[in-house]
Amino acid sequence: MTTATLQPRDAKLYKPEVPPDWCPGCGDYGVLTVLQRAVGELGILNENLMVVSGIGCSSNLPGFFKSYGMHSLHGRSLPVATGCKMANHEMTVIACGGDGDGYGIGQGHFIHSMRRNVNMTYIVMDNEIYGLTTGQTSPTSEPGMKTKSTPFGNPEGQLNPMALALAAGCGFVARGFSGDINHLKSLYTQAIQYPGFALIDVFSPCVTFNKQNTFGWFKERVYKLEDKGHDPSNWTAAMERAKEWGAQIPIGVLYKNPNPRPSIDAEDPALQGAGLATIKKLGLTSEQRKKLIAEYL
Amino acid sequence: MANEIIVGIGGAAGDGGASTGDNLAQTSARQGLHVYVYTSYQSLIRGGHSWIRLRISDTKVTNIGDQVSAMIALNQDSMDRHLQEMKAGAICIYNGDKVKPGKAPEGVQLCPLPVFELAGKDALPIMQNTVALGALVGLLGYDFQALSSVFEHTFKKKPQVVEANVTAAKAGFDFAVKTYKKHGTVLKKTDAKLAMVHGNNILAMGAANAGCKVYCAYPMSPATGILHWMASHGKDLGICVRQVEDEIGVANMAIGAGQMGVRSMCATSGGGFALMTEAIGMAGIMETPVVMINVMRGGPSTGLPTKQEQGDLNQAIGASQGDFPRIIIAPTSIADCYTVMEESFNLAEKYQCPVLVLSDLLMSEGHCTLEASFLDREFKIDRGELILEDDGDKNYYRYKDTPSGISPRVIPGVPNHLYVSATDEHDEDGVTISDVYTDPITRKKMVDKRARKMEGVVKDYTPLKLEGDASSNTVVVTYGSTWGAASEAVERLNKEGVKVAHLSFKYLVPFQEKEAIALLKGKKVIVVEMNKAGQFARHLRAEAGITADANVRKYDGEPFEPKHIVEGIKEVLKGKNLVEVQSLEPGWRTPHPPGPGVLSTGSTH
Repeated sequence: MTTATLQPRDAKLYKPEVPPDWCPGCGDYGVLTVLQRAVGELGILNENLMVVSGIGCSSNLPGFFKSYGMHSLHGRSLPVATGCKMANHEMTVIACGGDGDGYGIGQGHFIHSMRRNVNMTYIVMDNEIYGLTTGQTSPTSEPGMKTKSTPFGNPEGQLNPMALALAAGCGFVARGFSGDINHLKSLYTQAIQYPGFALIDVFSPCVTFNKQNTFGWFKERVYKLEDKGHDPSNWTAAMERAKEWGAQIPIGVLYKNPNPRPSIDAEDPALQGAGLATIKKLGLTSEQRKKLIAEYL
Repeated sequence: MANEIIVGIGGAAGDGGASTGDNLAQTSARQGLHVYVYTSYQSLIRGGHSWIRLRISDTKVTNIGDQVSAMIALNQDSMDRHLQEMKAGAICIYNGDKVKPGKAPEGVQLCPLPVFELAGKDALPIMQNTVALGALVGLLGYDFQALSSVFEHTFKKKPQVVEANVTAAKAGFDFAVKTYKKHGTVLKKTDAKLAMVHGNNILAMGAANAGCKVYCAYPMSPATGILHWMASHGKDLGICVRQVEDEIGVANMAIGAGQMGVRSMCATSGGGFALMTEAIGMAGIMETPVVMINVMRGGPSTGLPTKQEQGDLNQAIGASQGDFPRIIIAPTSIADCYTVMEESFNLAEKYQCPVLVLSDLLMSEGHCTLEASFLDREFKIDRGELILEDDGDKNYYRYKDTPSGISPRVIPGVPNHLYVSATDEHDEDGVTISDVYTDPITRKKMVDKRARKMEGVVKDYTPLKLEGDASSNTVVVTYGSTWGAASEAVERLNKEGVKVAHLSFKYLVPFQEKEAIALLKGKKVIVVEMNKAGQFARHLRAEAGITADANVRKYDGEPFEPKHIVEGIKEVLKGKNLVEVQSLEPGWRTPHPPGPGVLSTGSTH
């Protein structure tokens, strides 16, 4: 796929007949709309897009997005998406899901996918709560937060996905806010164009079950890294910014590796030609069989 | 009458017994002799005891056989364990400088080798194996050149290693031929062109020959050999090979790849398979073709990582929640592992469902000779109703309800056929119905559509066939790898005049119910299988309504030998309805040191 030469397309082309059924006011609407605009801006054809999600409110996104998609298992969007990319590396692969899906049950795949460095974009709609199961604490819930599963306050610590991603070797680490959609769009386009694994954690407030981390709460706290002169090529500076949580929370590109190492799909010897899924003649040639048999004679 | 010999090579892990065995196997195969190898070993990298059994014959062999008649003891432990198993006519080769034989059973020829003198004082300790192998080959009446050519092949990049091995082997060969009596069994060369293969290699090569393009795995014994083969050959063959963080990731990655339209596969053993189970249901509801191999070992839990069992049938049948179509196949031999790969990928794509292959340690880690011509065969590739290019259809429904239940499958990337596959229940267009208030009509339609696909599968199977004395009123029933030992047991019983037939099952789900009933109804059915609970006997009862009259079971970790089944069936014919057999030779017994919490008198901790 050559994104550089493609013509921008209307975001409407990525809207299917099925409308989203999230709660009115949910942050995920912004995430979806911006994604449709971003892929339109990059001119990626619908049939060249594979959107893979896990399970949860936000993981319903592929059903509301006109492309090829898989609405897979809870926590498993990343290995499924990796399989998709290996099978056809010419497609643009976007994985998405929530904080429970990606940072809770899917945590192992999250770390290893960044280490593996597959060329794909991973959007986490982070609302600091389990919404679809009606409001339990999540890995990104703040300590002390009262939820249905922590009626006396969350006794556990809060996961820092940004610091974790940086430590795991992720080459593109960004954070967005679904309350600032123009800013978010630029993160998406940069992430999709980044030649490796790109993570965008998007604050996408749950209006029904998280009464603590609301749109207003985030609006008061988020600031743009680019306004503060942050250098996204500086890993150490990114780690410092990643630690910020409280009165000031940064959004924008925390880290973008200026010398990205080649992604695993770019290096895999089997993926140097056309997408494997498009190969029509299957099976070994007689010559290949004879060579293999010779090893056993 | 076949001429055959069973050789045992005993040593500690790290002693080089495995390569000695490989060299003997290869040497035999190059003489056109058929070989079947099984190694009994511990879950240890160094030390312990490892016992490699090679059955070598001038006709085809299907199993490990019963009685070792020649052995190489690489250390004292091997000598102490196995010498008493030898019967008259056997030979026992060992390093006379290091190993003391004890009293040999009557008629067993002890063949000590002065290794220090034969190999030279500067030789590496490992050279004792080569000297012993040279001696054995001499006493078996092989041409020396057959062995030296194997060294030349194995070490072709290291001429000095070839020379050292050939010299040591020749010294052993000449000394033994001059000093000892040849083994009573003479194995004559045949013209067969034979390849010496491991079951795992054959599963992997079979997958490659069937067009597998993505392979994912997490290391787990005894399935790891498939990963090693794929990793070393993937580059040449254009197969994308990924080692993944866990088997959950493995299964999901393989399914993601299968969804995109490549033939994809993963393999593991029972514990890893347990982690894959949720994903199997995903392949079921998304109707994604994928081939998943479970190489069974002794369970439950970590169980016996290096031992044989057929105990994961229940797990495969019950893997993942809900009802969905799946196909379960258990290859019956190492050769069949090859054919099963051809069938599995075709069935997975034709019926758009997961195909679960139940191999086991005996087949996967066992190795045997196969005709080279058998391997050099182009597989039939049937991709089913697959759409690889835009056909102009503007109303494509991925999950269209069709008479066969099979919906034509478009691979992602094709224009104008967009769809999203969901693990949620969905309609014909793939739109989930889980969020609507209720939709019993669509739900039932989609469950029925998927289930209907399975009606066609049995027609694609090779029909069941009775082996042995087909007119007999008694039928021995096996599944999977037990075919080998059981077919020989039935053949022996028939020769003794015992009327008994053999029915071997390979296709487990969906089951050949009608054929099974036609062949077994009214007969005395004896199910022979390698687990405690009688998982296959239960399956036969559940699927065909046939209750076994008697069962012969083994679950001690070591595979069936034909004699176990012969004895078991004789017990049954005397009136027993359950015979649980065990390997009892001294070599199978291991004294265990007292562990923590076990008080041994007089000791201090």
